[in-house]
Amino acid sequence: MSLLSSSVMRKFAMALSGLFLVVFLAQHFVINITSVIAPDVFNQWSHFMGTNGLVQGILQPVLIFGVVFHFIMGFVLEIQNRRARAVRYVQYKGGASASWASRNMIISGAVIMAFLGLHFYDFWWPEIMHKYIESHPENPTRYYAETVHKFENPVRVGLYATAFILLALHLWHGFASSFQSVGFNNKYAQGLKGFTKFYAVLIPLGFLFIALYHHLNPIAH
Amino acid sequence: MKLTLKIWRQKNAQDKGRMVTYPIDGIDGDMSFLEMLDVLNDGLVSRGEEPVVFDHDCREGICGSCSLQINGEPHGPDRLITTCQLHMRKFSDGDTIVIEPFRAKAFPVIKDLMVDRSAFDRIQQAGGFISVNTSGNTIDANAIPIPKNDADHAFNAAACIGCGACVAACKNASAMLFTSAKVSQYALLPQGRVEATQRVLNMVAQMDEEGFGNCTNTGACEIECPKGISLENIARLNRELLSAQLKG
Amino acid sequence: MSLDSKIPQGPIAEKWTKHKTLIDLVNPANKRNIDVIVVGTGLAGGSTAASLAELGYNVKTFCYQDSPRRAHSIAAQGGINAAKNYQGDGDSTYRLFYDTIKGGDYRSREANVHRLAEVSGNIIDQCVAQGVPFAREYGGLLDNRSFGGVQVSRTFYAKGQTGQQLLLGAYSAMNRQINRGKIKPYNRHEMLDLVIVDGKARGIIARNLVTGELERHSAHAVVIASGGYGNVFFLSTNAMGSNVTAAWKIHKKGAYFANPCYTQIHPTCIPVSGDHQSKLTLMSESLRNDGRIWVPAKLEDAQAIREGRLKPTQIKEEDRDYFLERRYPSFGNLVPRDVASRAAKERCDAGHGVNKTGEAVYLDFGSAIMRYGKEKAIMQHLHDASDEKIRELGEAVVEAKYGNLFQMYEKIVDQNPYKTPMMIYPAVHYTMGGVWVDYNLMTTIPGCYAAGEANFSDHGANRLGASALMQGLADGYFVLPYTIGDYLADDIRTGAISTDSPEFDAAEKQVQETIDKLLANKGSKPVDHFHKRLGKIMWNKCGMSRNEKELKEAIAEIKALREEFWRDVRVPGSAHELNQELEKAMRVADFLELGELFAKDALHRNESCGGHFREEYQTQDGEALRDDENFMYVAAWEYKGAPEDAVLHKEPLAYENIQVKTRSYK
Repeated sequence: MSLLSSSVMRKFAMALSGLFLVVFLAQHFVINITSVIAPDVFNQWSHFMGTNGLVQGILQPVLIFGVVFHFIMGFVLEIQNRRARAVRYVQYKGGASASWASRNMIISGAVIMAFLGLHFYDFWWPEIMHKYIESHPENPTRYYAETVHKFENPVRVGLYATAFILLALHLWHGFASSFQSVGFNNKYAQGLKGFTKFYAVLIPLGFLFIALYHHLNPIAH
Repeated sequence: MKLTLKIWRQKNAQDKGRMVTYPIDGIDGDMSFLEMLDVLNDGLVSRGEEPVVFDHDCREGICGSCSLQINGEPHGPDRLITTCQLHMRKFSDGDTIVIEPFRAKAFPVIKDLMVDRSAFDRIQQAGGFISVNTSGNTIDANAIPIPKNDADHAFNAAACIGCGACVAACKNASAMLFTSAKVSQYALLPQGRVEATQRVLNMVAQMDEEGFGNCTNTGACEIECPKGISLENIARLNRELLSAQLKG
Repeated sequence: MSLDSKIPQGPIAEKWTKHKTLIDLVNPANKRNIDVIVVGTGLAGGSTAASLAELGYNVKTFCYQDSPRRAHSIAAQGGINAAKNYQGDGDSTYRLFYDTIKGGDYRSREANVHRLAEVSGNIIDQCVAQGVPFAREYGGLLDNRSFGGVQVSRTFYAKGQTGQQLLLGAYSAMNRQINRGKIKPYNRHEMLDLVIVDGKARGIIARNLVTGELERHSAHAVVIASGGYGNVFFLSTNAMGSNVTAAWKIHKKGAYFANPCYTQIHPTCIPVSGDHQSKLTLMSESLRNDGRIWVPAKLEDAQAIREGRLKPTQIKEEDRDYFLERRYPSFGNLVPRDVASRAAKERCDAGHGVNKTGEAVYLDFGSAIMRYGKEKAIMQHLHDASDEKIRELGEAVVEAKYGNLFQMYEKIVDQNPYKTPMMIYPAVHYTMGGVWVDYNLMTTIPGCYAAGEANFSDHGANRLGASALMQGLADGYFVLPYTIGDYLADDIRTGAISTDSPEFDAAEKQVQETIDKLLANKGSKPVDHFHKRLGKIMWNKCGMSRNEKELKEAIAEIKALREEFWRDVRVPGSAHELNQELEKAMRVADFLELGELFAKDALHRNESCGGHFREEYQTQDGEALRDDENFMYVAAWEYKGAPEDAVLHKEPLAYENIQVKTRSYK
């Protein structure tokens, strides 16, 4: 951990874990969108992800580590940053020079974290129960129906929608920021920045679309 | 112009401090912000009260002495200027102006609006120099051609006046813009490359030790910087540090 | 005491080299046992401190600012001269030497100036090695500009912030030594007296400006590099805190003060806008390369402009008086600073001034914009471009050259200088006079040195543009490191100087009494009240032009004001805390003494030379009339208890390598 003793290296680690999570989001999105386009493909891919040893045994723990690391580091940095200004300003016009998203990563991050709790409760934990504890036999066609079923409840859809909006804000600053943190700021950076903003809107919007789509198109019982 | 000033008063480093309200009248738009405070102080002294203490010296935007958080922004609402270059025509009759010292744990208040920015000096002492002797025999100034572009970028980084607005503006009170400007100036010049690895490690270590916050790339520092020091310098510092760490 | 300038024998070009090889050295082991105090951390002080610490001496630096980097050298804009002849335009050490002596109106010391020219090139080498980002050409080599009317391009620059970059270079050299523990910086400290033990400078009394505590610091030598005294005029381009206190305290302890009346008034400053004004802002002299200076020829037009009934752009070409071009057809708007300043004042005094206060002239870029615009149009093959198009093209050219200055002007004055002429007026900028020093930069107090603007040595009666930075760094990087060793060679067995001595006791007691007296005064007026009044007297009677009657009045008025100050000044707060009013009061008290000596010096010098213009001594068409027969000397004043009792000592000036001529810019 001595590498993380410098604030710049902590920031670098934060950026790397963030970029990793951005890639994961893209992959997650690509699989999810098939649930709207082609339910069979969705079932196929979901079954692969849920049963492949490499994914389950290695990628899944790495992902969980990435999320936990990003989260804990985010809070550690936030605490340090608050300490760096022991006496607050009576008047502080942060909005004059920086966006809301950039100044409130801890808020958007905390909401996303809370959402992850809900999301794990909704999908991950039932999967673990299903596969490893209750040890049901494999059923490669169950995923689509289970997923659509989850989005019947409007409260859940509302919570998901809120989380997606905050995810967009988090990505809006975080994705571009991670390139600055790793020192990438040259003539290509401007174009890259445009892509990150596009991504920050597109992916959460896509997730939101999927949730609403399934809510509005329930499978008849 | 008639104004209401709300000013932070603090007798010394130990005092808790508080905001005090002062009405002021007869302010002319052509006055600089500090001349407006001169008028206030003149009145205070004449009434036998203690004047408001603030740092200032050259009053032409280059020495970096003046600070002041004005209505929630370092050096006030105008861009690319220091407080001494801010003019009262930027305010309107009847305005209330809140004036506070730059706030950061690493910039403790000395008195009223004056803070101790010696942390910046210590960061530079840790490595902000090239180790050549001053009266020794050096090579001819034109012996090493330096691309104009590099020289210009080094100059732009070196234009930093060390006022601390970047720290004051940053929600994390981070000193990365300042430190990166210093690191960049030398990193861009061949003379500075020789000690580049050790320089960036030492300067960042000192910056962290002073108790500044972490950079979260909000970009507020660049917007509030009176000299327009670019965020590119922070990216360069990040690169320099990363490669220094890898070299060990 | 008679004045011995200790100029080495031999031909002028060999004096310095020979002197360096003949003087005593201190070996490295002994340097560790020797302490040096440096007061002031600008270009001269910063470079001295860094160089001495590199050699191995233990250095303590003192500055009233919160960091050495904020010393007022930082505000120098234009550049630094050096006889590098990189442009191959005929520059040489001799030419720089010659230009400096001539520009100084033959009132500076030949040997010092030649040494300055000799080391000038090495300053640039040194600064580049330190990482100072000078402007470069596309080929990667250093760029030069021409400056101040000389005939070669020898000025190195870093945009309009050359002073800043050079000071940051010296400060970085200091930082390296602070990091090594060889320099101990005492920031937010002000020197309030010099301590002399057995006839030698052995320490100072300084006040910690944060706690208010008086501190004793001892050393084997003391270097005063505290800058100039332009703030005696209250309004100047100096920083608010720039003061004469360190220089004046050593003067009162025995250092002679030379040529106090030589003041440089810079022609291109932003005019005063009202009574609240606290300082003046300089606009780089380079603006005169393209701007034309004028006032309305008709008095009624000038009055209409002052009252806001008329705009400058409404005045027809034939009703404008381009007075510099009229009076000095060959140099025109590029006459030296003193000549341009006096001409502007003459027009304003005659009622042609153009701002509310009547003290401003126009600096007009209108014709430059159109000229550049036409050139651009031809280059872009726009043969029938409209006037608007030409103006637009021209404005872009002017913006590329002077954009940052125009922006600064607009921020302060709130007028767009591309559309309406700028207003400028002369302001006090630099003081050529200062503490008298010999060739080794030692004052008349053994072990006490003066460097940079604080001494008098190199600029005579008028300083050329871009030479102040050169002199400050030459003194600190290349002169003092040698000459101070010659003196300290006798001190290797002295050991640490104790601060527990009757001399330190007495000095501290005196400072304490002054502070107590000011705080106990309970008068009715703040310090600034007296400073502003002193400034008015100085500006009106000892300013750009002087005469016997007004100088005598000034002497009496300053004396009366000084008495009133001590009777009626009000300094709130206490001594044992940060007290900015007390700091100002101590400085103004010294200005009130210096001001009188200034006027006395101006009164005794019955001639006009450089920055000193006596109305009685001018030619029929208003040009300065020098009197080489009677006044070719340095006037060094010895303190005798009050400014009026000061005793004049003359150091005759001999010109063996230059033919003395009358300056003419017609």
